[in-house]
Amino acid sequence: MLTMGIDIGSRSAQCVILDNGELLTYGNIETGPESAKTAYAAVEAAVHRKDELWGSYRMELPDVKTSHLRIEDMDYIVATGYGRVIVPFAHANITEISCHARGAHWFMPGVSTVLDMGGQDCKGIRVNERGEVAKFVMNDKCAGGTGRFMEIIAAILQLPLPDIGGISLASTEKIPFNTICAVFAKSEAMALMKAGVNKADILAGLHEAISKRVLALLKRIGIEEKFVITGGIAKNVGVVAKLEEKLGGIKVTMLPEPQIAGAVGAALFAMDRASKRSAKTNPQPTLSGPTAGTATVALED
Amino acid sequence: MAVAGIDMGALVTKVVILNTNRILGAATLMTGETGETEARQAMDEALKQAGLKLEDIKSVVATGTGRAKVSFAQKQRTAMSCHAKGACFLFPEARTVIDVGAESSAAILLSADGKVSDSVSNDKCAAGSGIFLDAMSRMLRVPLAEMGPESLQATEAVPITSMCVIFAESEVISHVHRDPPVPRSNILAGIHASITDRLYGMAQRVGAESPVVMTGGASKNIGIVRALEAKLGTTVLVPEDPQIVGALGAALLA
Repeated sequence: MLTMGIDIGSRSAQCVILDNGELLTYGNIETGPESAKTAYAAVEAAVHRKDELWGSYRMELPDVKTSHLRIEDMDYIVATGYGRVIVPFAHANITEISCHARGAHWFMPGVSTVLDMGGQDCKGIRVNERGEVAKFVMNDKCAGGTGRFMEIIAAILQLPLPDIGGISLASTEKIPFNTICAVFAKSEAMALMKAGVNKADILAGLHEAISKRVLALLKRIGIEEKFVITGGIAKNVGVVAKLEEKLGGIKVTMLPEPQIAGAVGAALFAMDRASKRSAKTNPQPTLSGPTAGTATVALED
Repeated sequence: MAVAGIDMGALVTKVVILNTNRILGAATLMTGETGETEARQAMDEALKQAGLKLEDIKSVVATGTGRAKVSFAQKQRTAMSCHAKGACFLFPEARTVIDVGAESSAAILLSADGKVSDSVSNDKCAAGSGIFLDAMSRMLRVPLAEMGPESLQATEAVPITSMCVIFAESEVISHVHRDPPVPRSNILAGIHASITDRLYGMAQRVGAESPVVMTGGASKNIGIVRALEAKLGTTVLVPEDPQIVGALGAALLA
């Protein structure tokens, strides 16, 4: 059974294809101004395993041809994320909170806390043993500490976005930033840079401020192991390091491909729905009596 | 004897020289990187207007974000108390002051005798301060001074749902690219409504009472003044030079 999850985020979109729940392929592209086009492009990226945007794939994929796959071959498609309602070929759409919880759970069974740091928002999710959302908190009102913020800072410092994490680790001096506002941080960073302050120090200072704010958000739902970070910013080793410093011993589990958690969750939900659908149309006789959700034909004699 | 107040804002430094409650000289200057230099320059400019020298000034009070950098000030006072004092001097019946500066804003409730009774301020978030207008001005390529008047020509205010300047910028861009095109004045009205909502929220938190006085550089924007009047349901009083109210208050406290 082939199922697909599409996560249309504010800055990037991912497509994941599962084969009976096993990862078959995935792709990541920049979100364009039109959700529908973006969705199709994400499928292309997955099917053709395009890696221009990401560089190399961080997860091993089965050595199986996928370039022949079409949307019509999917048994069920679930869309999630900011642009989920406008994916024309999705059978259903499910909130990104549920999908991130499910996806994180798939990567790391036993996950209890998920921090999703995305393009324009930041979410904290407590997950139960079944991968369902138990508690949830979100900031989507302020750009501070989101991917947008990182992009702005990287541009001001004239550094490639994927490098800022690594560069920040070389910091030797503490630069306090007393606000996480992207607008203020931008001018402060510019002024510091002009004054000759080391870029690594500026970045470390900002990462410190971001991690404080993120932790304050997470404390509202409580942080417990296993703790997983999803979303693009999880790839910023500087932010992760600052977060870990403050977690009092709780380890951060890094996912090999943190940005696809939402799409993975969506594809798993797709699998649930596809199974239910085929169970409804092909009711299986059972000898053990009625089971919830399954049509039964009792074999009485 | 003359006294002076100096308000070192994030963007503009203001100086007022007083003698027995009469303004002898006033100056404004862009706050530069060092602060101290600009403070001296602004002071010199005001002194020139007053026909005085620094030695003639009995006492200097500094306020504003950069007040610690003014080496020649004898005292420092909070921006709240200075704005309250200055506003009350100009409008003795004032009960609320809404100060909108370049990088911060505040709502101050005054007691009957002109003292600060409650206040709420924001200097952590760019929304609700001048920098929001500045960002929009640059994005729409409309000179800052024209934004207010043009916004008043709107037929309706385009809704801007984000508080955050960064997110609001994206919203504005999407409105600019709409087809059929949205009149620019409507987009401007939306921008002004957004910043006013923020100010209104602060006003509500302190229990704003009429008469309301607006101070700070951004209150020179007629679009904000009118929008705030509409939200508060009362006339908003704006001094002739709203930007120097903090410095005036500081001088009064000297």
